[in-house]
Amino acid sequence: MDIFLQQIVNGLTLGSIYALVALGYTMVYGILGLINFAHGEVVMVGAMVALMVMKALAASGLPAPIIFLIALFAAAIACMALGFTIERIAYRPLRNAPRLAPLITAIGVSIVLQQMAMIIWGRSYHSVPQLLPSENHEFFGAQITELQVIILIVAALTMAGLMLLVNRTRLGRAMRATAENPAIAGLMGVDANRIIAMTFLIGSALGALAGVLVSANYGIAHHHMGFILGLKAFTAAVLGGIGNLGGAMVGGVLLGLIEALGAGYIGDLTGGILGSHYQDVFAFFVLIVVLVFRPSGLMGEKVSERA
Amino acid sequence: MSLLEAKNIGKRFGGVQALKDVSLSINSGEIYGLIGPNGAGKTTFFNVLTGLYPRDDGEVIFDGKPLELGSPHKVTQAGIARTFQNIRLFAHMTARENVMVGRHARTKVGVVGAVFRSRAQREEEAAIERRALELLHYVGIADRASGLAKNLSYGDQRRLEIARALATEPKLLALDEPAAGMNATETAGLRTLIEGLRRDGLTVLLIEHDVKLVMGLCDRVAVLDYGEKIAEDVPDAVRNNPKVIEAYLGTSTS
Repeated sequence: MDIFLQQIVNGLTLGSIYALVALGYTMVYGILGLINFAHGEVVMVGAMVALMVMKALAASGLPAPIIFLIALFAAAIACMALGFTIERIAYRPLRNAPRLAPLITAIGVSIVLQQMAMIIWGRSYHSVPQLLPSENHEFFGAQITELQVIILIVAALTMAGLMLLVNRTRLGRAMRATAENPAIAGLMGVDANRIIAMTFLIGSALGALAGVLVSANYGIAHHHMGFILGLKAFTAAVLGGIGNLGGAMVGGVLLGLIEALGAGYIGDLTGGILGSHYQDVFAFFVLIVVLVFRPSGLMGEKVSERA
Repeated sequence: MSLLEAKNIGKRFGGVQALKDVSLSINSGEIYGLIGPNGAGKTTFFNVLTGLYPRDDGEVIFDGKPLELGSPHKVTQAGIARTFQNIRLFAHMTARENVMVGRHARTKVGVVGAVFRSRAQREEEAAIERRALELLHYVGIADRASGLAKNLSYGDQRRLEIARALATEPKLLALDEPAAGMNATETAGLRTLIEGLRRDGLTVLLIEHDVKLVMGLCDRVAVLDYGEKIAEDVPDAVRNNPKVIEAYLGTSTS
């Protein structure tokens, strides 16, 4: 029982981070119909920039949470600039090209960013200073760290804020209108290019937050951390129904739970042949099952042609 | 006084001359009908006029100023709004939100204001919502404001499209076959609505298949056939024009 509860807590933490990253994929897909494969690398850059700022400020004598906030802010700015630039140089020129073309440039951007990160920050793993309270608490036999609670609260508040932005503001209305029919939204005076740029800015900021949280949670950051995290988050987005914001959140949390529970029980299930480091098997097994039985995802609608 | 003057409009699709030398002028405050057999170029003319298609020849003077080429949202800003033959609403947004999007052409709050919800932004947002509800009331579907557009009945979707077009504060409202697919009751309701628009000072350009509706409603009617204007006059004169009768019924050769 204590393993079960423990893995639920771990799964929720991991899942809320997947959800934040998945939102970046799903927002861009909703508006452009494009899988932004470079998004995972944006998350990685967020983690690395935050780490650099933390190291630079380590001797400044500022309180640790303040340093963390400054680092987070710097990461968000860097990622927003990066996301904006990617859209501008790799996707916008291909706006009317066949769908395969921007997919290829997305993969290209992803590789370029990964290599550049390796040149800048080296190929070694960096340990991330523990700036947030991370004391352990017993909770019905499970160990919960304060950091995990912080991650859950921050992720939940951020997602609630995003839902408000999308459903209750003029910008959100313009985003939904553009996602449904760019030509008609344009006719109504919505500037599609601006809305697309805003989408990348918001998605990248969420990615930066996810990168900082995930590196704080595991205590490490490295130049290729974005690859597998991006792939998982993409899986989460597809699981929930890509293009659907609520779906990305549900998909992220669900995937985190499946992975954590899978990791907790895989030893028992296979009689000790497979260990918890096979947890990735679950994520991609889920992806395959969803694609076979429900290609539009849990909350996705049947794909229909735009009018 | 003419609100819109189209001069020698031409449009080709590859080797097909879809519009040839079409000139017409629409007076302020009138309901101007554009009819013609299937494939005569009515919708093409509409799309050229509203900037959805770039035109190949000619010019359009609207409200004393030449209209820019191929820029739909500048056309909206200049004061022309339209509806579509095949309804094009934002199906997954509510009726109210659909109309609120229409206000984008006339309102300007920057991104910063949208994120931080400044006082000016909140006030403008409230004004936008108020106006949207007024317009829904005007077209008679206020009770459907919170329903998704896709769940509205066909006739109500047409009304919603008109409300959304009105939200852009047009001087000229262009309706592309608004009665298509409507039953007799819905058509009668539509007629009342369009008459109300004229009473409120709007100029209306109406493309319609329903000849009875056009003849009963319009002040003047132009007839297109094979991309050329073959007649322009008051409804009674058009009805008896031999060229028009020939275009619609053909000549007695067999």
